Amino acid sequence: MLTIHGHTDEIPNVRTILFKEKLLSKPGQFVMVWVPGVDEFPMSASHTIPRLGVTYRILGPGTTALASRKPGDRIGIRGPYGRGFTLEGERILGVAGGLGIAPLAPFLELAMTKGASAELVLGAKTAKEVLFDGRMTDAGVKVHISTDNGSAGFKGLASELAKEVLSGKKFDCIYACGPEKMLVEVLALAGRHKTPVQASLERYMKCGIGICDSCAIDGRHVCKDGPVFPDSELRTFGELGKTKLDPSGRRVSI
Amino acid sequence: MIDLSVDLCGLKLRNPTMLAAGVLGETGKSMATVARAGAGAIVTKSIGKKPRSGHLNPCVVELPFGLLNAMGLPNPGAEAFGREIAEAREGGAPVIASVFGSTEEEFAELCGLMAKYGADAVELNLSCPHAHGYGAEIGSDPDTVQAICRKAKKRLRIPVLAKLTPDTTSIADLALAAQRGGADGIVAINTLKGMRILPEARMPVLANRVGGLSGPAIRPVGVRCVYEIFEAVKVPVVGVGGVSNASDALEYIMAGASSVQVGTAVWSEGPEVFSKITGGLMKFMAENGFNSVKEMVGIAHSSRP
Repeated sequence: MLTIHGHTDEIPNVRTILFKEKLLSKPGQFVMVWVPGVDEFPMSASHTIPRLGVTYRILGPGTTALASRKPGDRIGIRGPYGRGFTLEGERILGVAGGLGIAPLAPFLELAMTKGASAELVLGAKTAKEVLFDGRMTDAGVKVHISTDNGSAGFKGLASELAKEVLSGKKFDCIYACGPEKMLVEVLALAGRHKTPVQASLERYMKCGIGICDSCAIDGRHVCKDGPVFPDSELRTFGELGKTKLDPSGRRVSI
Repeated sequence: MIDLSVDLCGLKLRNPTMLAAGVLGETGKSMATVARAGAGAIVTKSIGKKPRSGHLNPCVVELPFGLLNAMGLPNPGAEAFGREIAEAREGGAPVIASVFGSTEEEFAELCGLMAKYGADAVELNLSCPHAHGYGAEIGSDPDTVQAICRKAKKRLRIPVLAKLTPDTTSIADLALAAQRGGADGIVAINTLKGMRILPEARMPVLANRVGGLSGPAIRPVGVRCVYEIFEAVKVPVVGVGGVSNASDALEYIMAGASSVQVGTAVWSEGPEVFSKITGGLMKFMAENGFNSVKEMVGIAHSSRP
């Protein structure tokens, strides 16, 4: 179990919880967060060094309980699990939709320290919901903001802004995380530009260790084979952007 | 010429390894992937009549010697499972549908549906240790086991396997009851009921508090159970519990199992574990003068004075 260091309010209804301990992980990997007596859920690490942090939207009983825990309280953490992002080349582009910036932020920071030059398309619904733009600018990342209503930056979807950014420049690799429909668009866009992609997927998860089949996508498992998949695998997924499994294993539309 | 193929109640398996129920058995494509990785047969996740989400998380605890899980029989419901069985069969190995119910009628109805969907056999879950009203709660009573097997058998032409719980005084008595009910084979063992408390949290880790222990820790229990069942019944026995290499599989085979199932080792080693086991079996058989798996089944019994 880890000890809570403190909480930070990020954007409305979204918080980061930082732990006293660090987590030796690869950006893009995730942890299973156990709020004792309430629930356990998968979350990507949004901060790894010097402290593990996860950034989450307060949605159900589990995240509500997590948000109510105080500094010094103990939270169960298992992991890190899964496959994270791998730096390919020097000029990279991140494309994040909503909370998709959470696993991308520590990756882009690490890439900058390794001498990469990074740009980021950061999409949100409104100006109030733009997350980690300051953090990314501080890391030296060139940030392009898009909002659905145009209240900040480009008016439109992150994938539409990514199309503009890509039309003027060649990147060695695109790193994406966000709604699956956005990922499908980014994958198509990258295909046209012959640029590799690594994208982080999200599925309902139970075990987190590759046995229960809850997070299956076309015979692969988001918890163990992912959550980050390269374009060579993403393009074989017939279920991407179309269906996922609910907690009982029934197929539902995305 | 060494032949790894086995006949299990009329089913032809290219080798004596099977994917155990509950592991990667919810979606057809995952099951097909495991079949392509070398499993001789696939057992699906246990399927019930209605969709069921299972227990809340945490539903699994990793231990140094195995896993403790309380998934709580999550499944999409029988009617949604036809397409998964069809996709699973594309992997090229026989597909055995695991089913759970609370009454003999429910079991029989599910068996009928699974046969209609193309399952090559059914496995009756009479042994899950962590779902109230199902599994071991009803499968610990020999008369109930006999009645459920009889009703399922009446409904089906495909083989019926009964998966039994080790959490009982005499698993051989349960196996005899299944045989009286007409079961074509016995599968032993399911997980052992267990609990993990994290002192720092002052509570059991699993949301369901109680779960089932699997993995290397339970292999001696499973081997002992198979040994006892082999002496009691005439029908084939399938050994399961802590098999992760050829030596483990041979323990079960020599105790009397005609094939083995692998579950927890898929977590520790990935689906490649199946080809590792079959490769090891070939090597052992070549070095020890065995030509078929059948020659080794139950040979540990002949050492008795």
